[in-house]
Amino acid sequence: MKSNRVVLLVLLALLALAPALLPPFYVTLLNYVGLFSIVALGLVLLTGVAGLTSFGQAAFCGIGAYATAVLTTQFGLSPWLALIAALAITGVVALLIGAITLRLGGHYLPLATIAWGISLYYLFGTLPGLGQFTGIADLPALTLFGLPLKSERSYYYLIWAATLASLLVTHNFLTSQPGRIVQSLNGTASMAQAFGANTARIKMQVFLYAALLSCLSGWLYAHLQRYVNPTPFSVNAGIEYLFMAVIGGTGGVWGAVVGAAIVTFLRQILQDALPALLGRSGQFESIVFGTLIVVMLHRARLGVWPLIKAMLPSPPRSQRVEPLDIPQRPRREHGEGKLDGLHTEAILLDVRDLSKNFDGLPAVQNISFQVRVGEIVGLIGPNGAGKTTTFNLISGALATSSGTVELNGHVISNREPYEIAEFGLARTFQHVKLVPDLTVLDNVMLGAWLRRKDGFIRSCLRLERKNEALSRREATRQIERIGLQDHIDTLAGNLPLGHQRLVEIARALMANPLLLLLDEPAAALRHKEQERLFMLLEQLRSEKMTILLVEHDMDFVMRLADRIVVMETGQKIAEGLPAAIQRNEQVQNSYLGCAV
Amino acid sequence: MDFQTFAWVAQDGLTTGTIYALISLALVMIFAVTRIIFVPQGEFLSFGTLTLACLQEGRFPGTVWLLLAFALLASLAELVDVHRRSPSLRDTLLRSRSLLFTLGVPLAIAAVVWAVSGHPIPFLLQVVLTLAIVTPMGPLLYRFAFQPVASASVLLLLIISVAIHVALTGLGLLFFGAEGARTSAFTDGSITWGDIDIPLQNVWVIGSCLAAILVLYLFFGRTIYGRALRATAFNRTGARLVGISPNLAGALTFTLAAALGALSGVLIGPITTIYYDSGFLSGLKGFVGAIIGGMASYPLAAAGAILVGLIEGFGSFWASAYKEVIVFTLIIPVLLWRSFKDPHREED
Repeated sequence: MKSNRVVLLVLLALLALAPALLPPFYVTLLNYVGLFSIVALGLVLLTGVAGLTSFGQAAFCGIGAYATAVLTTQFGLSPWLALIAALAITGVVALLIGAITLRLGGHYLPLATIAWGISLYYLFGTLPGLGQFTGIADLPALTLFGLPLKSERSYYYLIWAATLASLLVTHNFLTSQPGRIVQSLNGTASMAQAFGANTARIKMQVFLYAALLSCLSGWLYAHLQRYVNPTPFSVNAGIEYLFMAVIGGTGGVWGAVVGAAIVTFLRQILQDALPALLGRSGQFESIVFGTLIVVMLHRARLGVWPLIKAMLPSPPRSQRVEPLDIPQRPRREHGEGKLDGLHTEAILLDVRDLSKNFDGLPAVQNISFQVRVGEIVGLIGPNGAGKTTTFNLISGALATSSGTVELNGHVISNREPYEIAEFGLARTFQHVKLVPDLTVLDNVMLGAWLRRKDGFIRSCLRLERKNEALSRREATRQIERIGLQDHIDTLAGNLPLGHQRLVEIARALMANPLLLLLDEPAAALRHKEQERLFMLLEQLRSEKMTILLVEHDMDFVMRLADRIVVMETGQKIAEGLPAAIQRNEQVQNSYLGCAV
Repeated sequence: MDFQTFAWVAQDGLTTGTIYALISLALVMIFAVTRIIFVPQGEFLSFGTLTLACLQEGRFPGTVWLLLAFALLASLAELVDVHRRSPSLRDTLLRSRSLLFTLGVPLAIAAVVWAVSGHPIPFLLQVVLTLAIVTPMGPLLYRFAFQPVASASVLLLLIISVAIHVALTGLGLLFFGAEGARTSAFTDGSITWGDIDIPLQNVWVIGSCLAAILVLYLFFGRTIYGRALRATAFNRTGARLVGISPNLAGALTFTLAAALGALSGVLIGPITTIYYDSGFLSGLKGFVGAIIGGMASYPLAAAGAILVGLIEGFGSFWASAYKEVIVFTLIIPVLLWRSFKDPHREED
């Protein structure tokens, strides 16, 4: 950490001295690098981390710039009040656009961003109040504590103060609990939901945040130029911002600055060199930029920042901490209060007549069974019997066709997965859903989402550090429990599949659930790992944890389960104690083709 | 607005709409077969018009240089691939026979254009040459820009395609300059139908578009290659398993798309002035149409594009300053309707 701090301090010192040392032309360029970094930063978060591609950020800059232009020149408002108004206007527009477009899947979103990017550009150019394509001139200069920021040099400090503050806030966010959830959106969003995260809401927050950053940059730009016209806010500018984010790369907030700097300086060089080389004038740098992006996406998809980062000293491994107790997550109360831990006969999970049809094809038909408090129930059946479908119906990953599921006396069927998680359900996945670019520790900490309730703003301002420390301790304890303490800082994607399955269980335990759903936990585990898992589950049994598991390893499930439910072609064919199930003729028939 | 004005605006919108329909069809086709959202489709249109304009003025079209550059890049990509798979020189040479095609065809086309440019050539030959210059750019572009990353995510492919659009716009400026071009009408005059005068050019456009759609229909329905593309669009892995090469499918789709793009450029040339960067907006209007069709249905995409043309026509009649705003804001209710029609559950 120390050597990293030194690098950072040297960088900050250079930034602070730059206006004194560099000729004015370079100060101007650095001003642009700062302005562009702020927008690109939003895109690093939105596109690089959350996987939501936007070509429309320039339009949000435009809203910021035009809002302040109109409010200061036509209504005589102070630029600082105009900033607040601009942020509010951008916020409302972003919420509206986001509400319509964020719910769209995959590629519709970027196409929609191009469309509203163009729309807003032409609106800036045609609305009579906005000076049409000639723009609005004579914006007032900013004053700070009575000092007018008229020179490029004084403005430089304002821009870079804003840039560094945005970097810090974004960095805080990325390394917080909601930040981890955002990192899981690109690929494992259904996992985040299963742990109680309302992913639609979190996407909207990220979209809004990126839009507000753009607005801030647009406002700064407007008062730097003291003149606005539509060109800098066109969809081409929006495309360029995305290029900055792509060139800079993800894996940290500095990618935005790197990308903005490369594009700004390269453009300057190309604008001087290309017309001379080609013998005519024009914006030929776009040829180089376009080609550069294609080559980069072919050869170095992660961008430039990870390459630089690899040259910097690496941060230390997380320190071992003595596990401490973290307060149990408060669970939703309910009227009947069946559960008090003593009445082990109490029914925790009640599945009644559950059915699921896929376009008329029945996958699960009228399944009913119950799981009592502290029980371990195995759900078995041949391939295609509908076990995983049943799991997904219980956890809300699929909507039921008919029937109900009650957990602890609450009807949970046909609710969103993130709501069901709040009733005390946690699960693992048949196809492991870990965030590959996060460490084992971070992945396990994700499970504590509902126990923390740390929101966006608290996280950006680092007000959740106590909770963070507590859940780090708890996660460490859970990782020790599964025996992976030596891999605590390994990226989850680099673990063998068997280990990944154990990490999924640790993450589920982090949620402090009433009911644990395990989807084939022993699959792909080696013998020793399987024994470890068995001991862990035995230990959970002694702690009165209630578990429902799907498992193919008969030996494992017969040894572990208190009771077995057998499914075949979507129906329940038997239920009972393991020994009885092994003797059941129908079960023998379905597994072996004949009774033995 | 009296009936005559209405009919005049409507047939104008219909004409532009059918050109957008050609773009929409190409976009839907490329997306279905390769998962690429091909933003630069509009560049094929502007290259088509500008190339034809050059030929009509007796100048050597700069797109020929672009074609040769593409051929070179595609050959390089091909060589690198072959070299990776075969360490022995003899093997490399044997397997590089495809280069004769990749390099040879563009060179032959360039030679023909070189020979005839400067001479007055008949209109039909001008059109054929334009199509011959622009069409091979499609598969060549696919070869070096997309084939190496064919299995990447839709979003990555989209960013690549936007980057290509940006580069091609710059190249368009380099080759054709900032001045716009308009080509001469296929035939002058108009036909009168009741009270309405319909310019013959519009009849040509609508007729050619219908003919192109018919050809596509026959190609996809009757030929083995067309069926192979449909199979790839339906199930990529399955098609691969029965021996349909995804590379061939990609190249074929891009050939069709580039041909449609060049044709739309030839058709729009006499109607509107086309600049080096006009393709982007036309391409995006094709997208609005394609999105109305959910990026999946050909008839719906074509209908959507014609609707866009009509809205643009009436938009520019009533509020000409706002015509782009109207067209691109139209996408928002369409997207809303789409999102309610097929609600999107969190996918991984």
